Amino acid sequence: MAESTTDVDQSLLLERMELIRRFETRVGELFADNEIPGFVHLYIGSEAVAVGACSALEESDYITSTHRGHGHALAKGLDPKKMMAELYGRTTGYCNGKGGSMHIADVDAGMLGANGIVAAGTPIGGGAALASQIRGDGDVAVSFLGDGATSNGPYHEALHLAALWDLPQIYVVENNHYGEMTSVHDQHPVSDLVKQADAYDVPGEIVNGQDVEEMYEASQEAVERARDGDGPTVIEAKTYRYKGHYEGDPQWYKENEDLPDWRTADPVETYSEKLIDAGVISEDEYEELGESIEKELDEAVEFAKDSPLPEPDAAYEGLYAEEL
Amino acid sequence: MATTPTVDTDGETEEISVTEALREAMHEEMARDEDVFLQGIDVADRGGSFSVSEGLLDEFGPTRVRDTPISESAIVGTGLGAAAAGMRPVVEIMYSDFMGVAFDQIMNQVALMRYMFGGKLDIPLTIRTVDGGGFSAAAQHSKTLHSLAMHLSGIRVVAVSTPYDAKGLLKSAIRHDDPVFFFEHANVFNKKGEVPVEEYTVPLGEAAVLEEGEDVTVVATQAMLYEAMDAMEQLEGDVDVELISPRTLDPLDIDTIAASVDKTGRAVVVDETPLMAGAQGEIAAQINEEAFWRLDAPVERVGVPNVPIPFSPPLEQEVIPHSGDIVTAIRNTL
Ligand SMILES: Cc1ncc(C[n+]2csc(CCOP(=O)(O)OP(=O)(O)O)c2C)c(N)n1
Repeated sequence: MAESTTDVDQSLLLERMELIRRFETRVGELFADNEIPGFVHLYIGSEAVAVGACSALEESDYITSTHRGHGHALAKGLDPKKMMAELYGRTTGYCNGKGGSMHIADVDAGMLGANGIVAAGTPIGGGAALASQIRGDGDVAVSFLGDGATSNGPYHEALHLAALWDLPQIYVVENNHYGEMTSVHDQHPVSDLVKQADAYDVPGEIVNGQDVEEMYEASQEAVERARDGDGPTVIEAKTYRYKGHYEGDPQWYKENEDLPDWRTADPVETYSEKLIDAGVISEDEYEELGESIEKELDEAVEFAKDSPLPEPDAAYEGLYAEEL
Repeated sequence: MATTPTVDTDGETEEISVTEALREAMHEEMARDEDVFLQGIDVADRGGSFSVSEGLLDEFGPTRVRDTPISESAIVGTGLGAAAAGMRPVVEIMYSDFMGVAFDQIMNQVALMRYMFGGKLDIPLTIRTVDGGGFSAAAQHSKTLHSLAMHLSGIRVVAVSTPYDAKGLLKSAIRHDDPVFFFEHANVFNKKGEVPVEEYTVPLGEAAVLEEGEDVTVVATQAMLYEAMDAMEQLEGDVDVELISPRTLDPLDIDTIAASVDKTGRAVVVDETPLMAGAQGEIAAQINEEAFWRLDAPVERVGVPNVPIPFSPPLEQEVIPHSGDIVTAIRNTL
């Protein structure tokens, strides 16, 4: 195996990816059992992208996320219990049951929200980066967006402004090759979305989004550049959406697809094998990790189910900071 | 009483859903006029998020049934430009919430172009979109926003409840030479009803009196029509309700509504837009202007209180109006 060149805690990378994989798998099952209302978009297959990027961040740094946000939230260190409670619509959830899957947020953890509006997080991340530039506190913001989202105006306006003002912002374009039911090739004139960064004279890099260390290193570099005042970076992470657009999507459109099925380079499997081969962890330890995460998830589900549903009157709470 | 409003027609009818009705309207209009084309996210291969455009791609091909990138400003703006250049586009905004992304094109371009240019060009553009909550999709996918469109002079606004109206009004909207914002409601797509087999249209700007009654006029839009019918059932034998579906909100057929209030002396307006500056307020104000001296009680409004739509089911059920709220409002007028 390749010698690791990073200073990162490799077991932590694996742990975080494993947590996301198992959290999402569990959510898929719960959703199929009608335990979770609304709709959910799962992140399975792209764990290395969120974990690689967020591992290059400090707690005080910011991220903005997408409709497929559970992985980003977990990678930024959010508590699976409170996330599960939110998915169940309970008072103990991150948004007290007001937000659900698509709006999980924890400002204290620098997580400025999953977002139901495609590309909407990109200028918001720019604003967080602007605040830290004005305050001079050295924080950076990572804005995740999908391949599909790169055709929406707010992304280009945000990128333009970040480039013009050297904002400490990193755009992680998760190219999972689909936007809803349409393949990336049918939505974009360019094959590599990173080319869009050229137009703004922003450094861009293509990264194998299935390789958590490669993702970490690219992010680390971009974060350094941002902290040094050298402005934004676009990272295009090539990855794959294992599941449908949403849970329950029959995925008929994937059948005749000429895209490679990237499941052969599963980010969690390959990395666990790599760490076991390198003796960073043993097989037993890896198994134990899985078991302890399952236990944590059992507890999260139990916590969610035991938590009260909001009283109807709570619908009117939290709209304004001040009563008038 | 009937579970879906009945249709007065001499000819043969078929029972279809609102989704099928909209689909038939699209098919018929695209077959009738080759200037009609459709564009939006996943409207071609997938047939749209709510299956309305299923089959159109096979019949009319990819030039006229176009999947777009996720670019709402461009979806609406190019529709506008094509309309100005003589086509008759139908554009789809997947959820009305996403019209926010395209709002400059809607508010400053679509609505103003004809008037600002001296009335010298037609904009035969139809914007189809989906309104409504009730399925735990949270605040960014559940809003009811036709009151926002009503606020814009220069755009006609349609919001339908029944298959008959959905088909007849979509056909009229497509043939109309001004922009029409056509709101489909997520909770009415599956509603079924009788629709003539023969070709027909429903004119823009005409309300429908669906049930005649003596005691109170209930004006109800979209899914709220079904809640109002539920309320009527609960009050049967007690209160005799006259039920009106406005169908077109701009222009509003206030004559039909006021004539009803003349008879009943009471009015309840039910609509899923937020109460603050909502469609209910506009309709109530027009009732006051046209029938004030016939009113025996203040006009009652039923709508979403002034909060976003929350995710958790008990919260969402709290803010979206139900038949019980309509029963209470009706009783308040008696
Ligand atoms: C402005 C806007 N338009 C449309 C949608 C509907 N929508 C939700 S997710 C999605 C696809 C996004 O694709 P991509 O950015 O590639 O992310 P992925 O789902 O692949 O993670 C679309 C079109 C939306 N949420 N917001």
